[in-house]
Amino acid sequence: MATTLKKTNVVIVGAGAAGGVAALPLAQAGFDVIALEAGGWVNTRDMAPDELRYIRGWPAKLQKVNDEIPTHRPNASSPNTPRLTDHPMMNGVGGTSIHYWGQSWRLNPWDFKVVSETTRRYGASRIPSGSTVEDWPFGYDELEPYYDSVEREIGISGKAGNIKGTMDQRGNIFEGPRGRDYPMPPLRSTGFTEKMSAAARTLGWHPFPGPAAVTSQSYQGRPACVYHGYCAGGGCHVRSKSSTAVSTIPKAQATGRFKVVTEARVTTIAVDKNGRASGVNYLKDGQEYYQPADVVLLATYTYENVRTLLLSKSPAYPNGLSNNHSQVGKHYFSHNQTARVTALFPFNINTWYGTPSQGVAVDNWADDNFDHSKLDFIGGGNMWVYHERRPIAAASMSTWGRAPEWGSTWKAFIKENADRQNTAYIQKTTLPYEDNYLDLDPTVKDRLGFPVIRITAEYKDNERKLAAFMQTQMEEWYRAADAIDIQKGDIGDMTVSTHAYGGTRMGDNPETNVVDRWGFSHEVHNLGILGASVMGTSGARNPTLTVQALAWRTAEHLVKSWKTIAQNAG
Amino acid sequence: MAYEFELKKISEPPQPGFSRRDLLKRLGVMVGMAAFPPVLLQTRTRAQTAAGEAFVSLTAPEAETLRAIVARLIPADENGPGALEARADRYIDRALSGALKSQRPAYTLGLAALNAYAQSSKRVPFAKLSLVDQDAVLTDVQQNRATGFTGNSGQFFNLVRTHTIQGTFSDPFYGGNANFIGWDLIGYPGARVVVTADLQRMNVKPAASRKSAYDYGMFSKGEL
Repeated sequence: MATTLKKTNVVIVGAGAAGGVAALPLAQAGFDVIALEAGGWVNTRDMAPDELRYIRGWPAKLQKVNDEIPTHRPNASSPNTPRLTDHPMMNGVGGTSIHYWGQSWRLNPWDFKVVSETTRRYGASRIPSGSTVEDWPFGYDELEPYYDSVEREIGISGKAGNIKGTMDQRGNIFEGPRGRDYPMPPLRSTGFTEKMSAAARTLGWHPFPGPAAVTSQSYQGRPACVYHGYCAGGGCHVRSKSSTAVSTIPKAQATGRFKVVTEARVTTIAVDKNGRASGVNYLKDGQEYYQPADVVLLATYTYENVRTLLLSKSPAYPNGLSNNHSQVGKHYFSHNQTARVTALFPFNINTWYGTPSQGVAVDNWADDNFDHSKLDFIGGGNMWVYHERRPIAAASMSTWGRAPEWGSTWKAFIKENADRQNTAYIQKTTLPYEDNYLDLDPTVKDRLGFPVIRITAEYKDNERKLAAFMQTQMEEWYRAADAIDIQKGDIGDMTVSTHAYGGTRMGDNPETNVVDRWGFSHEVHNLGILGASVMGTSGARNPTLTVQALAWRTAEHLVKSWKTIAQNAG
Repeated sequence: MAYEFELKKISEPPQPGFSRRDLLKRLGVMVGMAAFPPVLLQTRTRAQTAAGEAFVSLTAPEAETLRAIVARLIPADENGPGALEARADRYIDRALSGALKSQRPAYTLGLAALNAYAQSSKRVPFAKLSLVDQDAVLTDVQQNRATGFTGNSGQFFNLVRTHTIQGTFSDPFYGGNANFIGWDLIGYPGARVVVTADLQRMNVKPAASRKSAYDYGMFSKGEL
């Protein structure tokens, strides 16, 4: 028998990158907010610079997410691909902002208007067939003030390239106009990033330091980054990485209005007889609880947002909450970030230390920054060359067909080449398609007996052609920096991803979108949804800052429209 | 306070009975290994000493076979000491009772199969073969040509190779990478808690820190 708790104004499911941001404007406005978080508080003492610890899966081990890893099949008539053994996201206060790289990009203005801009410039026939892509319900300008707010509240380092239309070659000249510069200068350059920058300039490109959720100088009581590494997949022992656990969440707690309940495993969202969200059911220490609330904000990861809705069935929503238009799980896509390029250099590059958000970017071939008239795809990619090389990974490097994989010859090869290899990260435009979607797996269940998410998705022609095009550009960049050999990775399966989008898409039309332009359900007016699950396009860059800007905007809208959203029983 | 320490208590790892420093002293491992042939001389002495210590999870015959394998995967040679000197075998042995417990059956079956294959093809247990014959057997195992394995022999080869690399190049806390043999081999300058701009220049080869992450006293320890 569930224990019914005292009603609160807002309950947030998930105290991660999105929920941890939304809590702040709500608590500051005087609302009582409770976040239910599946993980616990993480400890800076657990953030050791120890590669093996992360290879073995810390901190994702024994986590709720590992109990609900989605299954994947390329299409409805193909068998499942092998299921992952570790979920790439994590539970914990701060969520995956604890162990992410911290690349904190704004989307490009084109990303909000893919359909209309492509049609205007190249004609409607250039929208790939089968794609369900729509323009966002608003443009970049609408989100700009929210990007600005979260860049300051979270703490982002970077260099502006476009302030109100004034270009600065030290930043990204292809970015949308910003109101002002970043609150901190970019992370420092290194010998290798300077060499790559010089090479890009010889090609006529515009290299620039990328934006990072890492402090480049002391900021709001947190120290500057120490560049010692072990940032990716781990957390920061000096609190320089701007996870929500060290930025917005403590600020929200300081208001006295925000409470985090840890180890709380949310199962379903409950509705009242009018079909409005009435609260959240969860398990903690084996006990069932019901947390009533005026407003529910669903802020888990894309897969769990969709699963929670599909599992929350009621007479008013027989196919899952907010799914009377059969749009939950639709317009799903994961970022085309595979098909990497690796270079071998004839000299040491000294990338042992540093962090993956310490690097150099080129956006000349991103989005629609170049003419696609004579190309057979739309969109583009952001090229990113970055730091850190860990010893086990270095020793496990490819031998480039130049040595066997063990023995004295191998040993001589890694002795010479361990510090001479670099792999670029290339994020590329990815579109939603009719037949790429999420639903509940018919057979695979979590430990509680609830079905896990099944991903049905594959890269289509546009993604494959774009990936090959970007690999050619990247090879050119590496060769210009004196690389002597290049390897190009496969695009692989479109399986579980750290950049998973859609499933509860945002848009004005309830026939094709789950949430409205403010992030609230078209069907359940006091249910807000936060996360990349509301995004209809990916852009060519990491989603988190956009997710956080949207979360802030949804929360601010809730503050301004409290009476309409929370008290209108219609 | 946001970054509280509420996570489940991490249990301390089982005490090995001696510190890494004592261990290194006992083994007579020296900083800055001399070149071939003194290395081989030292290697033999050390290997004999190490073999005298009890293994935690492997049986004596299993340990003998594993030690012979890791010594061929990353041999001691003109480029310095190898996996055996780094104590990769000890890393694997300990981990098979700890973090890699689930892999114990794969080692039981795989080591037995490898020895049986050596017996049937060369008439001698693997550890007693000449180095040339050991390499020939390992090549067969790697390339799925060895019979008698559960699954294919290449899977077992890759498992042992992965763990040998871990035992040679991981933080010394886990019992391998003794005296930073692995990190010195590839030039990895070691765990640090602060890295200055100078240490990220291309014309600089950072001096080795010669520190485990846990030498800094700032971090809780993981499972061995």
